[in-house]
Amino acid sequence: MNHRKHLLGLEGMSAEEITRFLDTAESFKEVSERSVKKVPALRGTTVANLFFESSTRTRISFELAEKRLSADSVNFTTSGSSVSKGESLRDTAQNIEAMRVQMIVIRHSAAGAPHFLASLLNGSVINAGDGAHEHPTQGLLDMFTLRERWGSFAGKRVVIVGDLAHSRVARSNIHGLVTMGAEVVVCGPPTLIPLDIERLGVSVEVDLKQALEGADAVNVLRIQMERQQRGLFPSIDEYARRWGINRQALKNAHKECIIMHPGPMNRGIEIAQDVADGENSVILDQVTNGVAVRMAVLYLLSGGSALENEETTPQQTETRVREGKQVA
Amino acid sequence: MNLNQLSHRSYIIDHVTIVDPKKNAAYAGYIVVMDGKIDAVEKGRAKESSLPVYNGGGLHLAPGFVDIHVHLREPGFEYKETVATGAAAAIAGGFTSVACMPNTSPAIDDRAVVEFILNQAKLAGLARVYPIAAATRGRKGEILSEYHELVEAGAVAVTDDGAPVPTAEMVRRVLEYAAPLGIPFIEHCEDMSASGEGVMHEGFYSTKLGLKGIPAFSEEACLARDLVVLKSVKGARFHAAHMSTRGSIELIRRAKEDGLPVTAETAPHYLCLEDKDLETYNTNLKINPPLRGHEDRLAMIEALKDGTMDCIASDHAPHAAHEKQVEFNAAPNGSVGLETMFPLVVTHLVRAGHMSLPQALALITHRPAECLGLPGGTLARGADADLVLFDPEEEWTVRAEDLHSRSKNSAFIGHRVFGSVKHTLVGGVNVTATRIGV
Repeated sequence: MNHRKHLLGLEGMSAEEITRFLDTAESFKEVSERSVKKVPALRGTTVANLFFESSTRTRISFELAEKRLSADSVNFTTSGSSVSKGESLRDTAQNIEAMRVQMIVIRHSAAGAPHFLASLLNGSVINAGDGAHEHPTQGLLDMFTLRERWGSFAGKRVVIVGDLAHSRVARSNIHGLVTMGAEVVVCGPPTLIPLDIERLGVSVEVDLKQALEGADAVNVLRIQMERQQRGLFPSIDEYARRWGINRQALKNAHKECIIMHPGPMNRGIEIAQDVADGENSVILDQVTNGVAVRMAVLYLLSGGSALENEETTPQQTETRVREGKQVA
Repeated sequence: MNLNQLSHRSYIIDHVTIVDPKKNAAYAGYIVVMDGKIDAVEKGRAKESSLPVYNGGGLHLAPGFVDIHVHLREPGFEYKETVATGAAAAIAGGFTSVACMPNTSPAIDDRAVVEFILNQAKLAGLARVYPIAAATRGRKGEILSEYHELVEAGAVAVTDDGAPVPTAEMVRRVLEYAAPLGIPFIEHCEDMSASGEGVMHEGFYSTKLGLKGIPAFSEEACLARDLVVLKSVKGARFHAAHMSTRGSIELIRRAKEDGLPVTAETAPHYLCLEDKDLETYNTNLKINPPLRGHEDRLAMIEALKDGTMDCIASDHAPHAAHEKQVEFNAAPNGSVGLETMFPLVVTHLVRAGHMSLPQALALITHRPAECLGLPGGTLARGADADLVLFDPEEEWTVRAEDLHSRSKNSAFIGHRVFGSVKHTLVGGVNVTATRIGV
């Protein structure tokens, strides 16, 4: 298999490659369960986390993943646009690479910012969320969490509810889940459903009850108050009543319908308290799995070169990872 | 004699294929230039004459191209382009006349600015430059500019291009005040409330790329408003700039059927690029109006064939490299276009089989000139000898480093195109060599 250099999105990624990420993450999840949560897989590799948009969980998740792989990491955080700071994204990234950083994790409010960096830099670029475009590691961790429960995606109905127009989580989920053979339904106020989204292979259902009919999982997107202020939907109250996920809304869903949320949650708005904390909720599993998935992503993106002089099968690699051996 | 050494004011250029767009004709012939003006255009080979005879070497000879929508950025943004560098790009692209937009700093809303631009053009001594004045002072949409002063100084039309005239009331005042002067009002059709923070055409690809969309109706709603206002103003002339959507084509078609004094232009990028080309987030393809969908592009080619669209203009919009090498959302709109328009027309309209070479050249010669009432774009006897000699077969690749414009933000970098300009003559003078070193 060709070695992937960047992870910019899940669009166009094959089922085989997605499976490889998920399988590798399984090995790393085991590492996180140990008392000594560290393998030397990325020893000597420097990773920069460039967060141009505020993020707590994704940044911490990446940092932990890097530490558990024994990578050296540095953090660059700034809110607001880099342009207003006086230095362009191009200069910032090139400066950081000039310090011989091999991998760059970027979160940015502008769609395509990771692609821009990938075109400029020699190192690997990992998209940690770009505008309303993609959030591939979130997509992978959501799929990882579902696969843990299901084993396979075939015949499963996944409903994504909320602000599809502004959601990078939704897009990465759609690309990945459709590729893996799940049926994907998107649901939300018509003003938050972007044009021609059906062409991504999903069906659109405005009515939540219809959407949840027979659902095997529902991924609840965060609703941002700012959208209401911009006139995209009339009120938080009406949103919560029509598109909020509560026990009543889930009546026609599958009994074991899995509840997901990428966080942070607005409890009582897009998701009811009892649903968020209910027995079918995997919201905290998602967070746990996020670290393992990001370890897998960092490892596989760097791994090709680290393994190039050795005849190593993926199984052997996994074994080494399990044993905590250095793979360089 | 070699055309590179052309130094006379009166001469014959022999052994060329004459392309006369107005007569829809192309034939082997020669041209007689007397004192910088066209004296005769004839079939066959030149006869014995007392005039010096230059050998055209089988090149095609056509009226110099006319571009009625360019941004020369001077005054105010000389780091992007100047009148001189823009005129050099024009000459390299075969253009002998360009009309420049008023979104400069200060805007072209004062006769001193018109005179300054004309003087800069004269100093450059390359293409003819026709300033278009701001429709409202400072392009703010509040107070009319001094049209009488501006026209007297040399302005040929009014527009707030870069932005629309904001209200129906103001559009009415602009049309009323411009009408007796015989100058057209050029509208940048955009409903700013519909465009919002959009950065590309709204459709499947904006959804997929996660970029904010600009709906087609942003352009169409503004155009429809203006056309309704136009009906109520006697004697006004209206020209729609950079049309990009199917809906706009329909509106223009109906307005023309209703006998309204309407003309319209589109730009080369709407004929050969689409929203799906933005998948690489290439900021050189960030243009306003945005690159539209596949169906819009095909409809635009048809609209040129059936005459609904009158002409093609480049919307040459230079931006510095550091301005374009940023996140897609942060990049300014526009692509340079003067040096690629002619080969794109040859490649995508002529070689693609949509129209003949004379028909295609009509779209970049007399048709745009007529939209603004400019001289040029013609081989008529007595007209200035503004001419272009080119090889329509020569294939080349657009490279940033070969462009004469001060800015290299071309949406067409890497494109293989056909048609290469060899000589551009203004008033009978070969200015092709002069432009080197600008």
